[in-house]
Amino acid sequence: MSIDTQSAPRPTAQEPGPVAVHRRLPRFAPLGLFLAGIAAGAALSALTGFSVATAVIYGVVLGTLAVYVASRSVEGRRKATDRLVTSLVTTAFAIAMVPLLSLVYTVLDNGLPRLDSAFFTNSMYRVVGEGGGAYHAILGTVIITALATVISVPIGLMTAIYLVEYGTGRLKRAITFFIDVMTGIPSIVAGLFSFALFTLLFGNSVRLGVMGAVALSVLMIPVVVRSCEEVLKLVPNELREASFALGVPKWRTVVKIVLPTAVAGLGTGITLSVARVVGETAPLLVTVGLITGTNLNPFDGRMATLPVFAYFQLTQPGTATQAFIDRAWTAALVLIILVMALNVVARLISRFFAPKSGR
Amino acid sequence: MTATKAPTQPPSQQRAVRRPGDRLFSGAAKGSGIFILLVLAGVAAFLISEALPALTAPSDEIPGGEGLAGYIGPLILGTLLGALIALIVATPLAVGIALYITYYAPRRLASGMGYVIDLLAAIPSVVYGFWGLAVLAPRLVPFHEWAADTLGFIPFFAGPASTSGRTMLTVGIVLGVMILPIISAISREVFSQAPALHREAALALGATRWEMIRMAVLPYGKSGVIAGAMLGLGRALGETMAVAIILSGGAGATLNLISNSNPSTIASNIALRFPEATGVDVNTLVASGLALFIITLAVNMLARWVVNRRADFSGAN
Repeated sequence: MSIDTQSAPRPTAQEPGPVAVHRRLPRFAPLGLFLAGIAAGAALSALTGFSVATAVIYGVVLGTLAVYVASRSVEGRRKATDRLVTSLVTTAFAIAMVPLLSLVYTVLDNGLPRLDSAFFTNSMYRVVGEGGGAYHAILGTVIITALATVISVPIGLMTAIYLVEYGTGRLKRAITFFIDVMTGIPSIVAGLFSFALFTLLFGNSVRLGVMGAVALSVLMIPVVVRSCEEVLKLVPNELREASFALGVPKWRTVVKIVLPTAVAGLGTGITLSVARVVGETAPLLVTVGLITGTNLNPFDGRMATLPVFAYFQLTQPGTATQAFIDRAWTAALVLIILVMALNVVARLISRFFAPKSGR
Repeated sequence: MTATKAPTQPPSQQRAVRRPGDRLFSGAAKGSGIFILLVLAGVAAFLISEALPALTAPSDEIPGGEGLAGYIGPLILGTLLGALIALIVATPLAVGIALYITYYAPRRLASGMGYVIDLLAAIPSVVYGFWGLAVLAPRLVPFHEWAADTLGFIPFFAGPASTSGRTMLTVGIVLGVMILPIISAISREVFSQAPALHREAALALGATRWEMIRMAVLPYGKSGVIAGAMLGLGRALGETMAVAIILSGGAGATLNLISNSNPSTIASNIALRFPEATGVDVNTLVASGLALFIITLAVNMLARWVVNRRADFSGAN
């Protein structure tokens, strides 16, 4: 038997109860106050020589202050602090969007003019002015990245299998810890390592495409291990147990049951790790160098790669400066497109190759 | 065969049949793990072996003529300065972003927003360098002038203000943008793991959203934020191309952040000088790379230690 408290007769006396009455700002008042503050900020900026940057800064500060003061006087200190923090964290997110949008806009704006077919079909061989392209650099990037993938994936995947399926005790803990540490190796140090290794093997001033692949592998292996390990951990133990119960050896269980179940996640992780290293510049700068012609043999001499190509086009322009700078921006644009495409492919893999869940 | 087995033996002692394939496969897996440890050891060993000639060379053969410490010292200062500015810029922003995405943004948009922030991490560092040089540096020149005029009494802003904007301050801000996604990803992770019961209890007691975050989320996520900041610091310390493109470096040790003469950073100095270096110069650069390796290794190990320590008493218990 419930009592409907809503319809109970209210006491006639309007004495303040133990709980203070909550006064609240009308629903759209904070937004309106904020916009008013922005307008005031724009006006203030117009008084002191208008610029978009100062207008936005003044506007956001004034808008936040307006909301805070109004809320403080109507709703009290606690609610006002809450509103202040709300606008602060929203502003933080908006601030982070500024460089992203600005960067994408700048690269598109500067890179699109040279994004023509010549850029993908010509190399820089005997080009000193306009024209030319990054054919050699794009191929070089593809070859070196593919080589790095061929080195990294078997090692990384087997290590992940060890950590999930076999590893115990101190060796497992040591490997996990040092792989975490290895993710933090600066890319230039990886390049120096590869340089030192090959210098000891082949003598001074050696420059090979495979040196770059080794340097990239040092950066790529820990990423592959971490992502594969996470995915393999998700494979349900029941599948392994069912396989063992049928008398299947452990290695066949891993190869035939665990890996196929996890293949979507593995593909995603490996693609993302490729995306992580494809834009690396520094290790290739010190190991592979740059040439103007097309060299497709990673075991013979210098090669061109897209990031290094972009860097040198910008920093060491020839006499026709603008042509070099245009090529640099287009190379940057192609690089971003490449990385984004790899990210999209990774998402598609995880969507289309995901294990069929039930019926 | 079963007759030889004592009936009291627990079943765990019945060893499974070890087939050759099994031995081969587990050996290969274990070997890969050990190989990775060897690679890490190899990185240190080969760097030391290539740096050794510079460590033992007489001080007048080192570029600059003041010995190895005199050469690397300003570089370490520059590296630390840039990374610290990046940390100061990025950490509050990243925490704000993480809070916004986990507790303020509309539920439906939140994961998309997280993906957008992660895009910042996908952009290659050389592109950040282009952007910093072409867009950010010129835009920051007025701020440099203002800082030199009004904050000139602080040694960091002593001026004279750079007219190109290619200063340590600009580099620090670009590095801050680059490490933003790292710190915010880890902060987001720990904030979203804050115990729901604590959060709901705080709200049920009448806390506002901010009070709930301050009482239930931030104490829980504090060590995660610290660890994320340190991982970001490790990234900022080793960042090469953006610094090499933006900074007009090469000057000696100075704390002045806004003038045209800045100390270079270790990584950018290697990238700028290595392609043309010969002889002892190469060894000197490798030695500076070794110093960078040791610094980042220490920072990362500390960060991982903080993360792992937190893992011990988080989650369900």
